Amino acid sequence: MKKRSTFLVSTLAFGYAFLYIPLILVVVYSFNDSRIATIWGGFSTRWYGELLQNNLILEAAFLSLRIALTSATFATILGTMAGLVLARFGRFKGRTLFSGMITSPMVMPEVITGLSLLLLFVTLQQLTGWPGQRGFSTITIAHTTFSMAYVAVIVQSRLMSMDESLEEAAMDLGGRPLRVVFDITLPLIAPAMIAGWLLAFTLSLDDLVIASFVSGPGSSTLPMYIFSKVKLGVSPDINALATLIIAVVSLGVLIAWLATRRVKL
Amino acid sequence: MKDFIRISGVSKHFGNFVAVDNVDLDIGKGELFSILGASGCGKTTLLRMLAGFEIPTSGTIEIDGVDITHQPPYDRPVNMMFQSYAIFPHMSVEKNVAYGLQKERVANKEIHRRVAEVLELVQLDQFGKRKPDQLSGGQRQRVALARALIKRPKVLLLDEPLAALDKKLRVRTQFELMNIQDELGITFVVVTHDQEEAMTLSSRIVVMDSGKFRQIGTPKEIYEFPANRFVAEFIGTINTFDGTVSQANEELIRVNSKEAGTTLTALGKQPVEVGQKVDVAIRPEKIFVSKEKPENTEDTEDTCIEGVVDDLGYLGNRSLYRIRLKSGKIVQVSSQNRRRSVTRFLEWEDKVWISWRPGSTAILLD
Amino acid sequence: MRAATAKRNDELWRRVAIAAPYLWLLVFFLAPFAIIFKISLADPVIAQPPFTPAFDDQGNFSATADNFAFLLTDKLYAVTYYRSVLMAAAATLLCLALGFPMAYGIARSNSSTRSLLLLLIVLPFWISFLLRVYAWMGLLNNYGVINNFFMWLGVIDQPMQLMYTDFAVFVGLAYSYLPFMILPLYASLERLDIDLVEAAQDLGASRTRSFWDITWPLARPGVIAGCLLVFIPAMGEYVIPYLLGGSESLLIGRVLFDEFFVNRDWPLASAVAIVLLLLLVVPIVLLQRYHARDQGSVA
Repeated sequence: MKKRSTFLVSTLAFGYAFLYIPLILVVVYSFNDSRIATIWGGFSTRWYGELLQNNLILEAAFLSLRIALTSATFATILGTMAGLVLARFGRFKGRTLFSGMITSPMVMPEVITGLSLLLLFVTLQQLTGWPGQRGFSTITIAHTTFSMAYVAVIVQSRLMSMDESLEEAAMDLGGRPLRVVFDITLPLIAPAMIAGWLLAFTLSLDDLVIASFVSGPGSSTLPMYIFSKVKLGVSPDINALATLIIAVVSLGVLIAWLATRRVKL
Repeated sequence: MKDFIRISGVSKHFGNFVAVDNVDLDIGKGELFSILGASGCGKTTLLRMLAGFEIPTSGTIEIDGVDITHQPPYDRPVNMMFQSYAIFPHMSVEKNVAYGLQKERVANKEIHRRVAEVLELVQLDQFGKRKPDQLSGGQRQRVALARALIKRPKVLLLDEPLAALDKKLRVRTQFELMNIQDELGITFVVVTHDQEEAMTLSSRIVVMDSGKFRQIGTPKEIYEFPANRFVAEFIGTINTFDGTVSQANEELIRVNSKEAGTTLTALGKQPVEVGQKVDVAIRPEKIFVSKEKPENTEDTEDTCIEGVVDDLGYLGNRSLYRIRLKSGKIVQVSSQNRRRSVTRFLEWEDKVWISWRPGSTAILLD
Repeated sequence: MRAATAKRNDELWRRVAIAAPYLWLLVFFLAPFAIIFKISLADPVIAQPPFTPAFDDQGNFSATADNFAFLLTDKLYAVTYYRSVLMAAAATLLCLALGFPMAYGIARSNSSTRSLLLLLIVLPFWISFLLRVYAWMGLLNNYGVINNFFMWLGVIDQPMQLMYTDFAVFVGLAYSYLPFMILPLYASLERLDIDLVEAAQDLGASRTRSFWDITWPLARPGVIAGCLLVFIPAMGEYVIPYLLGGSESLLIGRVLFDEFFVNRDWPLASAVAIVLLLLLVVPIVLLQRYHARDQGSVA
């Protein structure tokens, strides 16, 4: 018998309202005919049409997608290695530093990571001539760096709650360590790796500050474009874009949730 | 051969903690050998050193004449059945069992044949396509067994094989394991904390405590002739009387015991001297209890002591008594209920005599 | 000899598995901090890149502490750091005040509602951070929803200045970081056995007593983690102060960005970053300790 506390229920209701009302309003106003975004002028979908004809947005979106796909994949590979090392390799020289470096990017303020990476690229250019043009590659490197931290933590967490005797049994039966990783470990942490990839993908798509630091002229990501418009105030086509993104993400999360429930049953 | 597995001077230190302390052991080919001890005694560490998951800090391990001390687990002719069974959850029963042979690069046709063969041996032939989450605990254990046996290892290690099973299943599995071992002739080394399990399964047992071996012997030797107090008290229940040796010759040893209130006897040929302080031990079922004093005890050299029933318990097939001697010592007696009777044989505070033959006792040396 | 080569291969793979992520992080995470430090000791110049090199043409080493001296003496910076700490702390407290009961409520709910509730907490996290802050702009501005609502109610007849204030930044921070507080709190509270609390109450403990004695010790690691996960990034926030804050609500993240991009004073920006890092060292180390302990307890 769970005591239903009115305090808890009302706090929950207030909390969820606090989280969602701003988003719902954005969706509502994306169908607002009026150019002044907050005064209702009638229902319209014209902003969606304008959105699809806006080449700048489409280019920025395409760039962001390419960066997100690439950096998420690299981050998953490196992050999984790091997670494996931390969870299974026991003590080795430099482990404390390694462990510290893995968790720090997750909390470091973005202005600091952005600044540090830009300065690195500038220094590298002085010393070696690369990178000549900052853009896709520098942003991808930056995103890979902070995303791999998240993947590593997720993978490490999953590994530590996994029965180690599974891998021992495989070795006992004749599997060499690398073989065992591919036969046993990776298949069993696959869900964690996928979750990590998705998280890295989202973080990359969403990043504004770091991309601003390490990008160059001509490489504007979607968040950078949105920011340049939003600086000037609320804008109806951004409402439409936001609604599209909210819809896509919600759909994706819903599908994922249903899929995992199906598996459990 | 008698030293198919040879463990010599093996120790394992984890930092300052000594898990296994300089032990020696020879296990013969085809033996079903148990390492018995409480948790934390080092038995699992020793097993893991045999499997290759730990390297001894010092000492060597030889199997069939080959020094395998530093060999990794995937190179050893040893396979292990894990306590958690460690069945790969993402593979079917067949794929689980076939795994070891695939690592040996055996041809697929041959793998298929041998998998079918071993699944029949463990009575899982209908379960090949099932996934582990569709199996019961007992079935998963048999998969683990099949998976290890298919590789025809020289030695099979079993870590607490019966711990997770309920009582009925445990008894059945015990006999199944013994049969399989008998049929295949593989040397089994079992680690367990359950003395009943060790006694039933094994041809020989080693009792382990705090990293050291306390006694090695057949189940009968360990039970009837415990070498020291630890082993005597670890296996079953035991009564001990302390005393001083008053006579020690080839046939008989006499010990004066204040606790018993009389002179106790034990069979001769023990390494004791007159005047030495020893414990005389006797198992509860070896003691006979009666209301009347037994006759002719002077001729038979049986021990007889007077006492009073302090407590009693009826267990169906046997009765347990706690008899209080004049000295205050409590002696535990267990007797089979061979006859049915409406009234109880003994009651609280009854005056009784307990007696036993001289050959029933053992002398404990520490 | 096959065994020996195989063993060397295993060793090699092990080395690669450690080395690849390690080297990456050393180059792209750790080394940059050294570079920031080096540049903080340089002078700004109108050139590309806009700072003096450490070693000039004759190979003489030049470094200056001017930037740090400037930071320490100019009141503006001290005030800005101070305000940032206050603002981050205030946002953390609001997140805790709202997040704790929410996490507790979710942990107490039955398992079918629980997964839905958790999903709803995580969903905003996956929606663009920028867009969520943007959503608040519509709510808070002079002709925004909140002002319209209160004017319609008749409570006020002129719009309140909500946008471009410290208040807006405060709300924006709490809004954006709330999920970061709730998730670790939930993870700790989920382990709470409600039987323990009821047993305590059965033995006569009041509700507050049983909270402090039983619930709080279990929740404490989650509280610490949640607070650190909000405070540390909030300290360096740029987007929220920029979009929602006014010209008086200067926070250190914005100062750094402006110093770098607007004033093109890279050395000074670097010095600002170093001081910010120093302020954050203690919380970051605390978070490492929590993470290490948490991973240990999972095993």
